[in-house]
Amino acid sequence: MTAGTLMPYDEALERFEPVLGLETHVELGTRSKMFCGCKTTFGAPPNTQVCPTCLALPGALPVANAMAIESTIRIGLALNCSIAEWCRFARKNYFYPDMPKNYQISQYDEPLCFDGYLDVEVNGETVRIGIERVHLEEDTGKSTHVGGATGRIHGADHSIVDYNRAGIPLVEIVTKPIPGTDRLAPDVARAYVTELREIMRSLGVSDVRMEEGSLRCDVNVSLMPRGASEWGTRTETKNVNSLRSVERAVRSEIERQAAVLADGGTIVQETRHFHEDTGTTTSGRSKEEAQDYRYFPEPDLVPIAPDPAWVAELKAALPELPSVRRKRLQAEWGLSDLDMQAMHNADAFDLVEATVAAGAPAADARKWWMGELARRANETGVPLAELAITPAQVARVTELVASGALNDKLAREVLEGVLGGEGSPDEVVEARGLQIVNDEGELSAIIDKVLADNADAADKVRAGKIAAAGALVGGVMRASKGKADAARARQLILEKLGVSE
Amino acid sequence: MSAITRDEVAHLARLSRLALTDDELDHYATQLDAIIESVAKVAEVAAEDVPPSSHALPLTNVFRADEARPSLTPEQALSGAPAVEDDRFQVPRILGEEA
Repeated sequence: MTAGTLMPYDEALERFEPVLGLETHVELGTRSKMFCGCKTTFGAPPNTQVCPTCLALPGALPVANAMAIESTIRIGLALNCSIAEWCRFARKNYFYPDMPKNYQISQYDEPLCFDGYLDVEVNGETVRIGIERVHLEEDTGKSTHVGGATGRIHGADHSIVDYNRAGIPLVEIVTKPIPGTDRLAPDVARAYVTELREIMRSLGVSDVRMEEGSLRCDVNVSLMPRGASEWGTRTETKNVNSLRSVERAVRSEIERQAAVLADGGTIVQETRHFHEDTGTTTSGRSKEEAQDYRYFPEPDLVPIAPDPAWVAELKAALPELPSVRRKRLQAEWGLSDLDMQAMHNADAFDLVEATVAAGAPAADARKWWMGELARRANETGVPLAELAITPAQVARVTELVASGALNDKLAREVLEGVLGGEGSPDEVVEARGLQIVNDEGELSAIIDKVLADNADAADKVRAGKIAAAGALVGGVMRASKGKADAARARQLILEKLGVSE
Repeated sequence: MSAITRDEVAHLARLSRLALTDDELDHYATQLDAIIESVAKVAEVAAEDVPPSSHALPLTNVFRADEARPSLTPEQALSGAPAVEDDRFQVPRILGEEA
C-alpha cells in the first residue's frame, strides 16, 4: 500500500466503526493575560504585549487572573461538569521555543471542571457527548519559520518568535471517547464544535474566531472492525481551524485508517497535520517520542479552592444556553426543523431575534434576513452579522411594508440603500423617492398616459381581451418606476376601459 | 547498586538537552539516588492525618483582578535576546537537532 491511499467512505464504514475524541482549545477574551497584566489584543505588533512574567525573566512570579478562573468554571457549568473543590496548576515541561519558560503552566490530574456532557442535534437526533475535563492553561507564543521553501518548520533555517500570545488564558475542553456515531462521525464532530462555539458566545467568555485561532480543535479518530469490542489505535489531527475542516478531517482520517487496516497494516499513535487544500492529513511527530512532560504541581501558584456557594451563584446566573434558546424560539416563531437548521447555518438567530425585539413580526424578520440579506451577504462574502444594517433598521423596513408605504420591490431597494451607506431606511426612502404612489390622482394620471401610449392594447381590453391588461399594468409599473400598487393599478385600468374581470 | 538506572539518567538528560558522558551518567545516577532516598524519609514521618502538601504557604485562591497593565517596550523585551529579527526573538532551527 502506498502512503496516502484512502478507502471510499461508504466501504470504510461497512467494515469499520469509528471512535471519536475531540480536544478543543478556547482562548478566553479576558482583558489581561492569565498570569500577568499584559493585554491580549489580537494582531498587536510583535512583542509589544510582553512583560517579565510572560517572558519568564528571573524573579518574576505569576498570579492567576480571577476572571479566567470564573470563566472556566462557567464553561464547566454550562457543560454540566462537576467543579473541583480544590485543584492545582501544574508545570508541563518541554523544550520548544514557543514558551520562554521551557514549560507551560497547565493543569494535569486536577482539572478545574470534570465529568460533564453536551447534547448535540445531528439529523434530528440528540447525541450526548461526554465531557472528560475542562482545564485552564496558558497559550503559547507564535513561531514563524524562516528559510524553508514553504514557511513550514521542516526545512526551515531558523525560527522567529512573537510572545504576545504567550500567557493568554486558554481553556482546554476534552471529550470522553465517542463511540457509536457510525457514519455520522464527521457530522457529530462538526455539530459538537458548532454547539461548543455557541455556548462560548452565549457565555461571553471568548470571541471564538476559528480563523484567528481563538477556537482550535484537535480531532482524535480510531477505527475497529465491525462487531469488535476493543477500540483501535487513535491518531490526533492537530489544529483543525474551521467547522468544515473538522468534518473533513474526521472523514479523511476514517478513509485513511480503513485503507491501512484493510491492507493488514497497523495505525501508529501519532500527531497528524490537516491540510486545508487537499482535505487530507499527513504524519507529524510520533506521539510516544514527544510525550514526556514530567508534570509536577506548579510551585509558584497556590491551589484553587472555589467556594461551593460562589459556584452555585455562577450556576444560577448562567445565561439561557443556545440549545434551550433554539427550542424556545422555534416554538415562539412556529418554524419547521428545516427552517431552524437554515437559520442556524446562517448564524441568523441573534439577528432575527433582535429584529423581532425591535417590533417586526417574526415571519417578516426571518424573510428579510434569510432572503434578500442572506443573498447580499453571500454575494459580498461577509457573514450576515457583518452587513452594514442593524436589526432595528430591518424592523423599520418591515414596518414600512406592513403599512403599505413600500412594496417588496421597493423594500429591496431600501435595503440596498442602507447597505450602501445611504442612511436609515426613512432617509433612503426620502432620498431615492421610493414611496408607493398612494395618491389616486397621480396614479390615475399615469394610467391615462399609459393607455394613450398603448392604444392597441387598450382596445383589445375594451374588446374583452382581459389578458391584455397585463401589459398595461406593466407599463404603469415602469412609468411609476415600480412605485405603483400593481393590484390597484389593474383595478383602475379595467374601470377606465369599462370592463371587469 | 543504584535504584536509579543509567538509562533513566540518560533519558532525563535527553529531555533536558544535556550531553552527558558515560562517567557523568554513573555519577548522577548515584547522586540522584541519594537525593531520592533522603526525600523518601519524609514519608516515614508523615502520618495518616497529614495531607500531602505541594506548597509552603497555607493559602488558596490568590488571584489578581483582570486589569491590563503596561507591558515592556519591544526594545526592552528584546534587549536580552541573543538574536533578533523583525522585532521577534530569533531561535535556532527547531527540527533537526535530534536527528
